[in-house]
Formats: sequence, structure tokens, C-alpha cells
Amino acid sequence: MSAQPDIDLDGLGIDAGGHLLVQRALRDLPVGGRLTVRGRDPVLRTHLAAWARSQGHGIDLGGVHPVVVKGSASTARWNRAERAGGPGPGGVVPRADVRWGLAARGALVEEGGPPLHADLIERDLVWTDAARQLYVNGAARQWNPEADVDWAAPSALPAEIEGAIVQVMTYLIENENAALQIPAKFIARLHPHFREVMQVLAVQVADEARHIEVFTRRALLHCDELGVSGAGGRASLQTLMDEPDFSLAAFLLSVLGEGSFLDLLSFIARHAPDPVTRQVASLALRDERRHVAFGMAHLRYTVEADPAMLGRLRMATERRHDALADTAGLNQEVFDSLIVLAAHAWTPDAITTGWSAVQQLQKDMDEGRQRRLVHLGFPSDEAEELSALHTRNFM
Amino acid sequence: MTLLMGAVAYDPKVVTIWDGFRRHFIKHGLPFDYLLYSHYEPQTEDLVAGRIHAAWNSPLAWIRTRRLAGKAGVTVEALVMRDTDRDLRSLIVVRADSDLRNLSDLAGRTIATGAIDSPQANLLPMSLLRKHDLTPGDNLTVRRFDVGVGLHGDHIGGERDAARALVAGAVDAACMIDSNHLLFAREGVLPSGSTRILGETDPYDHCNMTIGPAADPAEVSRFGSLLSAMSYDDATVRPLLDLEGLKQWCPGRTSGYAALDAAVDEVGFYGEDGDVRAAGYRP
Repeated sequence: MSAQPDIDLDGLGIDAGGHLLVQRALRDLPVGGRLTVRGRDPVLRTHLAAWARSQGHGIDLGGVHPVVVKGSASTARWNRAERAGGPGPGGVVPRADVRWGLAARGALVEEGGPPLHADLIERDLVWTDAARQLYVNGAARQWNPEADVDWAAPSALPAEIEGAIVQVMTYLIENENAALQIPAKFIARLHPHFREVMQVLAVQVADEARHIEVFTRRALLHCDELGVSGAGGRASLQTLMDEPDFSLAAFLLSVLGEGSFLDLLSFIARHAPDPVTRQVASLALRDERRHVAFGMAHLRYTVEADPAMLGRLRMATERRHDALADTAGLNQEVFDSLIVLAAHAWTPDAITTGWSAVQQLQKDMDEGRQRRLVHLGFPSDEAEELSALHTRNFM
Repeated sequence: MTLLMGAVAYDPKVVTIWDGFRRHFIKHGLPFDYLLYSHYEPQTEDLVAGRIHAAWNSPLAWIRTRRLAGKAGVTVEALVMRDTDRDLRSLIVVRADSDLRNLSDLAGRTIATGAIDSPQANLLPMSLLRKHDLTPGDNLTVRRFDVGVGLHGDHIGGERDAARALVAGAVDAACMIDSNHLLFAREGVLPSGSTRILGETDPYDHCNMTIGPAADPAEVSRFGSLLSAMSYDDATVRPLLDLEGLKQWCPGRTSGYAALDAAVDEVGFYGEDGDVRAAGYRP
């Protein structure tokens, strides 16, 4: 028979961390196993007895040295614990358990505790394998609104050209408000088991926060008043906010809306008359490309898993079109401002240039949407038809 | 009939605890409800008078209940207790650099205690000191920290204030239960090594679930079985056990209350019939 295990705490007290050594020594003992505890701390016996009692262990103070008798409670807590999938991408499970709550993916989860109020718990409803890489890229390419825009760059535009820019910025801010709130809303519904998707959405929210900042700052650079907000534009954005389905919202917002915005931001970056406007549009464009890439990757994943998804995407586009049939869509002020922004001057020749640039923009947006729809699996004639149904508000 | 249990609301968590227990008992077929008291005295009176069937009693409330029951000619029983209610010790603590070497050295000095009705931080340690010929008001000055009077020491505030007074040098010694000496070290109130234990009581027992004369025996039996069956393995009851500070319920034993019974008589806290006599005790 082997000697009874013992441990020497030397001068360390239970009230100064000694319980850690006792706990560690008890770990490998069976329930009922005895551990002799030696040490020089004058209050060792008293403290050890109090500690053992609180942990559900027994104590034998009858001998020269106190003996802890291992109780069952220390291991009971973990008897029915289970792993919440695995930490790597391979550890994502088809259906995340709400009982895992906020535990890290791969953690050993104690049974009990409040269930998570998340309803996006099915992998196929939210996933894409590209999420991790898109998050890594997004995190690495965060830019600094203060340092990365030359706010002091000289600019002396005529008041009415400046006014057009302020109107375009006002419109962009409104759209970015929606683009921030929509992923934020889905984050709150998403099981954190799908960590990479949650991270992509979080970066998206942070991106939009910066866009709102730089567009606001650009609008107020030379004046202290913003432009107008049309009811039709807001109605269009509200239909995006109201879409409860993650994939359909990704389709309407990221693929069709932000997809169209890629062309709009390129247009501003190319045609704006002043350097600050060109810079803020270029920086926002860089982020929006990633948002569109995530939407596309997720939708390709869902369409591959279930080709019937294409029918649902089509219906969502039609539904949104019907809902907006009675609204004006893009307000005239925004449309006119884009022409003036590209015209740079109030002459017939300049307006002609601006007008044709905006015509080209609309053509580019349409082609871009069709290209992405075909990439998702729509036949080209259907892609053409669906692109035409897209909101006149661009987003 | 619904088994009605009394409990003292010494902390807001008491509601969480007994709500949880209530759900558990009802789910397992025992009609159960609880009644909260602001302090222990009316709870003991109601238990003996049959207005409630059971009471989650402090050790002092158990002493009084037994005395009241004796007078009324009824029987009360300690059904269960927590594993953490068994074999507790109270300590007389001094600063590490104190010149005091043993308990009788406290003659002529000042000691801090918890509330007047705290078994662990007043009644039991003061009884120990009396055995060493120390008499409060005569050769020993007592500074009592009356926090939560009526809660029978369930409120930790009195003990913590006594410990702070010790550290501040306002008193020469302080009384506290062993687990709080450990807790105060973790909290930084009494840093490790800053104090020394001058003396300690023999082990004694703490709370128990007391059954009164009006309880239905079949329900009591079911109540006892359900409590004993609560397993720390079970995630639905584990948070309740954690809150109530136990790992398992043990059979009630009454062998651990003799020292408190004697301490109560020494100061005349309760009379033989359970009447409240302690001067200055106003819950």
C-alpha cells in the first residue's frame, strides 16, 4: 500500500494562495482520498478547516498534521459539462446550442446558466468559409479618419458646388446609418459560436461608424448645415431595416445595395472637385468592397447548400420593389447634386459632362448588379430583370 | 396542505434562493411556500404557535425555538442542516505584533465583537472569554458593532467592522468566525500574516431547518427527502446551493448547540421559556 499523499505548504497560508496547492494536490485523488497538509503557517489548521468546509471537502484534525478528505463537489460541477464545438474553423457545428450561451467556441461548458436569446443558430443560415479571411483583412486594413484624410487640403469651391457635395454627403450618411444598424441588429441575434461571422459583422459596424464620421466631417468642412433627407429615400432604407432574414438582408444590403454603392463611391472618388471628398470616398470604397465580398461569399454558400435559395432572393427583390412602388426613390436633390458634383461648374458644357457621368454611373451600377447576380447563379436574363427592379435610391 | 416555511430576509438573495427552492419542490410534487421575516424573533414565535410549519433558523433561533416549544409543550425537530453548518469555530484575533500571548492577557483591554445577537461574533467567543475569567464591563471593555441586529449575525457587517477596528488599532482584539477570518484576508481587510489567533472556541454547529408542531408528518418526510436528494451534480439546483452556501444537505443534528445554549444563559439573552431578556437587544 502506498503512503498517504501529502503536501508541504512551507510558510504559505491558505489565506495567501495556499489553497491552490492543496486543490492541485487533491485533483488526482479519488473522492474520499486523504491528503495530509504540512506547513508552518500558525493559522493553517483553522484556515484549512474553514476552506475545506466551504469546498465540500472533509477535514480530519485529529493527527499531528491536518488531513483533507476529498469531497465529490469539486468534480461534480464538470461531470455533465460539454464542449461547445471546437475552437478552429473545423469546430463549427451545424446547429449551435443556445445553452452554451456566450461561452467561447471550444470551451468546456458547465451545464446550467441562462440560455442565449439568439435565433441565428444554424450554420447554413449565416456561414461562409471566407468569413475568417475577410475578418483578418478588415481588421488589418482599418484606417484612421484623423490621419488618413488630408483635412487641410486646399479647396475653394463656389458655394453651389460645395452645396452639392454637402447634399451628397447628407445622403451618404443616411445610407451608412442603415448599413451600420443592420449588421448590428444581426449581431445581437447571432450565436457567438459563429465567431468569424460575428467578427466580420462587427468590423462592418466599425467601418460604417468611420464612414459616418468622415462624411459628416466633409459635409461640415466649409459650412455648418447639412442637406435634405427625402421621405422616399428613407422609406427605401426602412425596407432593408425591416428584412428579418439574415441571408435576404445580406442580399438586399450587401450585394445589391452596397454593390451599387461601389460604383457610386468610385464615381465620387473620380469626379469630385476637391481632394477631401475624393479621399473619403476612396477610403469608404475600400471597406465597402469587403462588405460586398462577405455578402457574396455567404450567398454563394447558401445557394450551393440549397439552390432553391435563388427563388427566395428573387422574391425578396420583387417584394421590396412592390413595397417601394409608390415612393419616389432617390430624391431629385441627390440626383441633381451628383450631376453638379461631376460638373464642377454652372456652364452648359460642364452640366453636359456631369449629366453623362451620372448616366454612365447608373449604367455601371446596373451592370455591376447583373454581374453579381449571375455570379450567384441567376441566368443572365433574370439577372437583367432583377437588377432593373432594384431601388432607385441605389442602396 | 402547503408546507409553509419561514426565512429571514438578511439579504436580497434570500428571495432568489427560496423562489428557486419553491419551484424545485413544487416541480417534485411538494406544495411549498415561504414567508419572509425581517428578523428571527417573530419567526420562532410563529413556528412554535403553528402559524408556519418550518423555519430556516439561525443557531440562536433554534435555541429560542426549543425553549418556546418546551413552554408550549410541543415538539420541534432539526430536520436538516448544510454541510457548511457543521463544526464551525469562532476566533479571538489580535494584530500580529500584539503583546498579547494568551486569552487571559486580555484583562484590562478592549475587544471588538459583532452584533449583540451574533452567536459566532459575540455570544460564543464572549462565553469562551468568561471561562478565562474575563468579564465584560469589569476587566474587559467590549466594543460591539451592532450591524443587522435581529439577524443573529447573518449580516457580515458587524464582524467586518470589528476586524477593521482591529486593523485601525482602535481595539486590542476582535471576534469573528473562522471562515470570515479567511474571507477578510482575501478582501484585504485583514491581510495575510497581519493578525494572529489568540484563541478559538470548540467546534459548534450553525443553522438548521426546524420543523414546528403544525407540520404534516408526511409533508415533512417528503421535504426532508427532497432536500437530501438535491445533488451538486444537478445544474438546475447547483446555483441555489451555491447561493445558500452548501454542497449538500446533511441530517439535522442537535449535538452542536450546547455551547450556545450555555452562552445564552450566561448573559440571560433568553429566559428558560424563550422570552427575550437581553438588555439593549432591539431588532
